[in-house]
Amino acid sequence: MVSAVLGVPLLVLILLAPMAGALMIALLPEHRPALIRRVAVTAASLSLAGAVYAILTYNTAAGGYQHEVCVPWIHSLGIGFHLGVDGISVVLVLLHALCAFTGVLISYAIPQRVKEYFIFYLTLITGVFGVFLSLDLFFFYFFYEMAVIPMYPLIGVWGSDVKERGVVKFSKEYATMKLTIYLTLGAVVALVGLLWLYVSAGATTFDLVALQQQFAGSPLDPGLQRAIFPLLAIGFGVIAPMWPLHSWSPIGHAAAPSAVSMLHAGVLMKLGSYAIIRLAVGLLPAGAQTWLPWLAVVCVMNIVYGGLVAMAQRDLKLIIGYSSSSHMGYVLLGIACLSPLALNGAVLLMFAHGIMTALAFALVGHLYDQTHTRYLPDLGGLAHQAPFIAGCGVIAAMASSGLPGLANFVAELLVFLGGWVVYPVQMILGVLGVVITAIYMLRLVRGTFFGPSKPVFARVTDATTAFAKLPYLVLIGALLAVGCWPGPLTRIIASATEPFIQQATQQPVRAATLTSTTQPESHSP
Amino acid sequence: MVTAWLILFAPLAAAIAILLVAIHRPRLASTLAIAGLGTSFAATVWWFLQALHQPMLLPSETSVNWISLPNLTIPFGILLDQLSLLMALVVTGVGSAIFIYSTGYMAGDAAYSRFFGVLSLFAFSMLTIVLSTNWIELFMGWELVGFCSYLLIGHWYAKPSAADAGKKAFMVNRVADFGFLLGILALWAASGATPAERTFHFHTLQLRLPLLAHAGTIAAGTLPVIGVLIFCGPMGKSAQFPLHVWLPDAMEGPTPVSALIHAATMVAAGVYLLCRAFWLFEGVPQVLTLIAWVGGLTAFLSAGLALVENDLKRILAYSTLSQLGYMVMALGLGGRVAGMYHLTTHAFFKALLFLAAGSVIHGTHEQDIHKLGGLWRSMRWTSLLFLIGALALAGFPGLSGFFSKEEILVLAHEHSAPLYWIGTLTAGLTAFYIGRAWCVAFLGHPHADSHSGHGAAHESPPVMLIPLALLALLSLSAGYVGIPRFLGEHAEEFHWGVAIISLIVVGLGLGLAWLIYYRRAISAQQLAHALALPHTLLQHRYYIDDAYTWYVETIQQRLIAGLCAWIERALIIGLFVNGIAWLTQTAGRVLRRLQTGVVQTYALVFLLGILALLSRVFAW
Repeated sequence: MVSAVLGVPLLVLILLAPMAGALMIALLPEHRPALIRRVAVTAASLSLAGAVYAILTYNTAAGGYQHEVCVPWIHSLGIGFHLGVDGISVVLVLLHALCAFTGVLISYAIPQRVKEYFIFYLTLITGVFGVFLSLDLFFFYFFYEMAVIPMYPLIGVWGSDVKERGVVKFSKEYATMKLTIYLTLGAVVALVGLLWLYVSAGATTFDLVALQQQFAGSPLDPGLQRAIFPLLAIGFGVIAPMWPLHSWSPIGHAAAPSAVSMLHAGVLMKLGSYAIIRLAVGLLPAGAQTWLPWLAVVCVMNIVYGGLVAMAQRDLKLIIGYSSSSHMGYVLLGIACLSPLALNGAVLLMFAHGIMTALAFALVGHLYDQTHTRYLPDLGGLAHQAPFIAGCGVIAAMASSGLPGLANFVAELLVFLGGWVVYPVQMILGVLGVVITAIYMLRLVRGTFFGPSKPVFARVTDATTAFAKLPYLVLIGALLAVGCWPGPLTRIIASATEPFIQQATQQPVRAATLTSTTQPESHSP
Repeated sequence: MVTAWLILFAPLAAAIAILLVAIHRPRLASTLAIAGLGTSFAATVWWFLQALHQPMLLPSETSVNWISLPNLTIPFGILLDQLSLLMALVVTGVGSAIFIYSTGYMAGDAAYSRFFGVLSLFAFSMLTIVLSTNWIELFMGWELVGFCSYLLIGHWYAKPSAADAGKKAFMVNRVADFGFLLGILALWAASGATPAERTFHFHTLQLRLPLLAHAGTIAAGTLPVIGVLIFCGPMGKSAQFPLHVWLPDAMEGPTPVSALIHAATMVAAGVYLLCRAFWLFEGVPQVLTLIAWVGGLTAFLSAGLALVENDLKRILAYSTLSQLGYMVMALGLGGRVAGMYHLTTHAFFKALLFLAAGSVIHGTHEQDIHKLGGLWRSMRWTSLLFLIGALALAGFPGLSGFFSKEEILVLAHEHSAPLYWIGTLTAGLTAFYIGRAWCVAFLGHPHADSHSGHGAAHESPPVMLIPLALLALLSLSAGYVGIPRFLGEHAEEFHWGVAIISLIVVGLGLGLAWLIYYRRAISAQQLAHALALPHTLLQHRYYIDDAYTWYVETIQQRLIAGLCAWIERALIIGLFVNGIAWLTQTAGRVLRRLQTGVVQTYALVFLLGILALLSRVFAW
């Protein structure tokens, strides 16, 4: 199943194109920002092309991990560079490629220290690709940290304070410090869990597929699973962000430059939910069955509480930030149901929400660059000056509120259908969350774009050129395509979630047969 | 089947084409929109004629799989039967007339192309509801019409009142759809034991539910709950009390929008849904009773509101509420055909009334009836056409509204005495308020202070009057073409007693309006004085809007959201996160004292330690 482009395996190309871009930019002179940007766009486009190719060629009939690459590295510890995508991660790789590509385009607006900015930004992109592509716990963790660390300089240097009419509510230093400490602490907790898992499994391999196979034959002691599960769920849950460990995220979003918020809310949060699916639920099914009902309670707090807090916010980015933590609640809820339909919905929602929220942050970034304010009571009537941006804003708000025809509707519907029988109360509250979303999103659109034209904003400009419109159109196109015709993407996701849930709920009878098709290449040289 | 798909997708194609190529070419945009809906209308008529020739052709269904997963299949398709064909005919027919009218009414508007684009999208969404084969498809159309309505109410978004009205309409419908979606989910869950067996498909459900209920697979209380939840949807979309508040505000939109969406088609979608899913409600009589009473009260209470309203469009809006109440009541009383019949005739005469009102607004730039007056002289055609619509609405004998309203009243007479009298009283109120509007706005003398700055009132161009004339023709004739027969069921028997009583009531209503507002034989002011209490209540719209405003601003925004924001700020960020940070910093600050780096201090502590040890040793 290994496919290669010019001798480079497909997944290696997706992973390393941004890294190569970062290295090239490091060697370019600082006073050539146009060239630097062009290198960055080229790198992101290569990854995007690779991701599109990967999803188009994904064989749903065969299922399992495809396009695998496996290079053994440290034999004594069982560490190898093992890449591969299944129906879940291939979708997330596409999500990330889309956000990264549009994010780089939006980053054209970065005025100062262009070179350093793109080095960090492309490193961040590489890290996130690495997490989605890795099938080896060591590299999974390595890339996870690689994604978290560049956030610190990106927010600290290029970010902006969260202000209300000139009064600083949260400084960018506070925001970036809080974010980094939170995520690093979470990662350490998860690392303890991973090492414990590694040791309990006999300390022979970090390879995810090998571990899955091993556990399918001889599962870990359920008591041990129940002990390790919360470490992984909470450790990775921090970035998801799981209530009440979420407060770093809206402030972090608000302080970050818009292209960073796009990746941050669009993709970074999904690392948490992805890790919970892949590692916590995937490797520790007995632990999952004990702890997931608790997760189902926590994520309702995410949904309802996050939504209500968003209702009370007046900074555009804080509204979208709390909205993100609210909507990630649906993703966690979909995971907690342990039903194939709901998990399908959760994965699709990761995709849909990622695209929608990247779109929203890109739009807010455009407006902030023009008006120098994100304070809702100061805004208004911007549809007069920026009709294109306003139109995109209405679409983003509607996507977020679950309007049919846009991807989020399908995803939320699948979560509700899959979970209705399992957790009816949570689902009722979840549907209530959709109403709450509409409240703050409509208020945002009304307050920002509608109403009489304000003289202070007379010189605000729209996105007029095709190039300036491109990132918005790409993201809206993705939302519409999946929303109008969800069949193909849901089938790809289902090819992974169906066996996954069977494996997680019917240990260990079916599991052995299912993983046999996804046999990795041998580990011995 | 190609023509069936054409009915649905021609308007969507028009909407997309307008977005892609005609956004800066207004002429092309309206041409595309009319071509799209015209195609759709032609295809519907083709099917209709086919069905008249070969009744066996119906029902006809075709679909593709929109989602197909191991445990879930959601089709997207087209179901053509008598019900959907009649409704599609109304939507595309009345819609086409209104599209043509709009080219005149909206001429010169800055966002002319956007208007026609959204209008086309609306037509597609509405037809999705009408032609849907399953609950999810219907729900998608349901939400999309709400979105189009939001955009069209807020078409003049620079006006704060218009922008707020759009938001309000969307929000109220969202709250209603909360119940509706839960109902759909619950119905799906009840439709089978395993995920693979469950279905959204109308026809399958219709066959399966009675069996499941009979076998006891569905718990006894489930179906009534599902019925009430699903009825929430129509309550929002068809603006039944107490979720009616958005519809009067929706009059902020351009008048063709009010005619098409907020009178003839979208608001009738709730009634259509009740007809479509009648098999569900048939089995739960207690829910039907609830529906009948909600409809009856809506009919009566909103007719009351129309009595004191001065805005011509808002009078028509309350009238729409009231007539929708009639339809819902008919459905609640088991009269699927009567409800659909009134929906059809109402679509004709209410669209006519709105478009005539639009013609007045176009000619005078005024919509307060007290500032109008004497239009009979300056706008002869418009006045005549409005009069036809008004008489049809009032239930004047021989006009379409008379026949369909009689059906409902006969039905009520058979099943429920209180609802019959409420319905009859409402018929009187209807005659009175529309008579009042006609007398004040069209008769009498033009006001000196009105039309200032706009020149004298002038008649509208033919492009607006011809659609009006067509609708007037339909309003006159729709009672004679056998709509109930097409729906394949028996119409109610004509009941002379009911007819005579309602004629007396309507005559009284019209006569009183004539006496008070034309002859001025009775002073309106004194009447208001004499009936101070109900008058105040009506002028404040039963205080329902005030109650909602209070709830939203005080309870929801300040109390609930404010409390959560406080918890977030003070407890989670302040106490929890910053508290831990403070603890760490403080610990550092305290512990730092231990490592001063000053040798003397270390020596002193060292000495003290030795002394302490020695003292312990010597103390023994």
